[in-house]
Amino acid sequence: MSTLNVLLAGFGGQGILFGGKTLAYSGLLDGKNLSWLPSYGPEMRGGTCNCSVVISDDPIGSPLVTAPDVLVAMNRPSLEKFVNAVVPGGMILVDSSMVDIKVERDDVKVFYIDATKIADENNMKSCAIIILVGKMFKEIGFLNKDVINDAVKKVIPAKKAAMIELNLKAIEIGLNA
Amino acid sequence: MAEKVLMKGNEALAEAAIQCGCKHYFGYPITPQTEVAAYMSKRLPKEEGGVFLQAESEVAAINMVLGATSAGVRAMTSSSSPGISLKSEGVSYIGGSDLPALIINVQRGGPGLGGIQPSQSDYWQATKALGHGDFQLFVLAPSTIQEMVDFVSLAYEVGEKYRVPAMILSDGMLGQMMEPVEFPTKKDEPVADKPWATNGHQNKRKKNIINSLYIQPEELENLIKERYERYAKIKENEQRAEEFMCDDAEIFVVAFGASSRVSRSAVMQARAEGIKAGLIRPITLWPFPDKTIEKNVDKAKKFLCVEMNMGQMVDDVKLVVNGRKEVEFFGRTGGIIPTPAEVLNEIRKIAGKEN
Amino acid sequence: MAVVFEKPKALADVPFHYCPGCTHGIVHRLVAEVLDELGVEGQTVGVASVGCSVFSYNYFNCDMVQAAHGRAPAVATGLKRALPDNVIFTYQGDGDLAAIGMAETVHAATRGENITVIFINNAIYGMTGGQMAPTSLPGQVTQTSPYGRDVKTAGYPIRVCELLSTLSGTALAQRVTVDSVAHVREAKKAIKKGFENQINKRGYSIIEVVSTCPTNWGLSPKEAINWLRDNMLPYYPLGVYKDVTAEEGGDK
Repeated sequence: MSTLNVLLAGFGGQGILFGGKTLAYSGLLDGKNLSWLPSYGPEMRGGTCNCSVVISDDPIGSPLVTAPDVLVAMNRPSLEKFVNAVVPGGMILVDSSMVDIKVERDDVKVFYIDATKIADENNMKSCAIIILVGKMFKEIGFLNKDVINDAVKKVIPAKKAAMIELNLKAIEIGLNA
Repeated sequence: MAEKVLMKGNEALAEAAIQCGCKHYFGYPITPQTEVAAYMSKRLPKEEGGVFLQAESEVAAINMVLGATSAGVRAMTSSSSPGISLKSEGVSYIGGSDLPALIINVQRGGPGLGGIQPSQSDYWQATKALGHGDFQLFVLAPSTIQEMVDFVSLAYEVGEKYRVPAMILSDGMLGQMMEPVEFPTKKDEPVADKPWATNGHQNKRKKNIINSLYIQPEELENLIKERYERYAKIKENEQRAEEFMCDDAEIFVVAFGASSRVSRSAVMQARAEGIKAGLIRPITLWPFPDKTIEKNVDKAKKFLCVEMNMGQMVDDVKLVVNGRKEVEFFGRTGGIIPTPAEVLNEIRKIAGKEN
Repeated sequence: MAVVFEKPKALADVPFHYCPGCTHGIVHRLVAEVLDELGVEGQTVGVASVGCSVFSYNYFNCDMVQAAHGRAPAVATGLKRALPDNVIFTYQGDGDLAAIGMAETVHAATRGENITVIFINNAIYGMTGGQMAPTSLPGQVTQTSPYGRDVKTAGYPIRVCELLSTLSGTALAQRVTVDSVAHVREAKKAIKKGFENQINKRGYSIIEVVSTCPTNWGLSPKEAINWLRDNMLPYYPLGVYKDVTAEEGGDK
């Protein structure tokens, strides 16, 4: 696979854009071409939110992901909206703390992770998305795994050292999930 | 600065302007360009000793740009479609006063309040009539975040050289998306000589007047004709376009900005299917790169314009092709970005290889 | 031989296009005299606005920019922000300042934009041929209020100095007129204060000059002065509406 199309989706406030940015920076550090495109809507808080990330060995054409290789679904409306858009052979990562339905497709790989619950239990509120990003890294093997920790340090300002620590821990949990 | 950084298009535009010595920004909030203003408000006053001013309206903002550029400094404003309509009065005065200025349009769907999703439906406005009267802007259409950076200095340089306003015609997709970018080494204050500037004559030179009012028709006509001589030079010297896989192409997709990215993907997929497709990507929308179109007309079987509007640039392509070949159009509008699959399908139809 | 009277240096040696009895000429002269006395012509950029005074760019000897209708405060803002140590003034009529340019005016004032505004209030649109202005008086007959301004449908005239005096960014709001020698002297003092305020970085200064428009009022120059005294001044009382230097005990 020379191009990876990822769609991250959920409610505003779940860190969807942040998760996408971490993924994008991983691509940058890995020397790939990449693009990050948020959906932007009038809802500033709590509305639906999604983010397209394309990582590729080639120059990127459309940055809008309409047929994701990987879907990260952080709530039920997002899963319902995008489940059939995922390409056959693709992958879906579901935050099962937030989604009470199952994927009814047998041509995609599906992982159910209790991400929000695990994050809450570990006092790392808002890190659920990073747990799922960690899990994605483990499963796709597209990117060099060493870069993700560096990416977190790039995305979070150095002055927020505590947040960096939490997110590194979240990645670790994801990588082992 | 060699290191690549991830930046949103809007922020990259703003940083590029600062790097070009723009220390005077005047704007008004509107989605999806607001990051330009937010970035400027953070950087300009504190870190650059410059001016960020949130005006009372787009109308005021463009006139503040007129004032600042009259004083001889590099100034800019940014907005999105409905806001650009409001600025059109000031843009016409800037054009009629022979002033350089940088205007950014991060387009959204129209008309009216329209939507807030990406669009290219201001092509006509930017290239034909951004305000009343006979005048033109130098219009650049970036397709990557790196070009958002690179075209800022080009817009300033060409604008100052010919004394015309310049526009970067972006869109909500390019404004909101992030890609890695690299900034060129920072330049010092612009060196362009501006003997026309109204910055106080200091009793050392004759007074300067910046003006667009000429009551005598003959005088006004002569001035406009002089301006059109400069436009002719711009047309001759400043056309820019990219050709992608055009050497042996038979079907030429013509697309700019966001839709050119989608079209590039579609052209590559068409090639994989054995269809000889190529992409002509206008970089300057005014002057329209007719030389690049012209040199491909003979070998073309057909042209296909792909735009995020109901068909605006297609007229300019037809003017060059002038009936010698068919020019087809495919567009999505209202804020929808066409998919590579849709464009590929159009290419197949034109190639007679519809599945 | 002692020179007792001469043309100010800041005023160009060209004939004005203004109508007989129009007070623009007097006000132009006062502005030019003040520029001379302060010795700032070389640092000054004036902004001409749309209306009869648009041609003031030909009359003042400093650098001049011509602005779109109502936008002079915005253009002046851009100039001043780029040239903070220069002297920037606008010269605006009532239609320009109080109708189409009201937003620009109010916001320049509330920002305390450090500029000087000369505001000519003659209660009518002059250049377009005598239409109702935002400052036309109740009952005043104009081309677009042929039965007299009806306040029930056209609303009331705006008292600009009173309105702007409520804003914290306003340094000086003073209404003057030029119908007599004494008033002309007072007007010049106010204009000078408006420019001095700018040099001392005090903020937005507006000097409203209650003026005549004999042509569009349909009166002779002398009748126009009388009409101004009888009708304009009661509605637009002369005086200082705000003066930060007076509040602080004056500039030393």
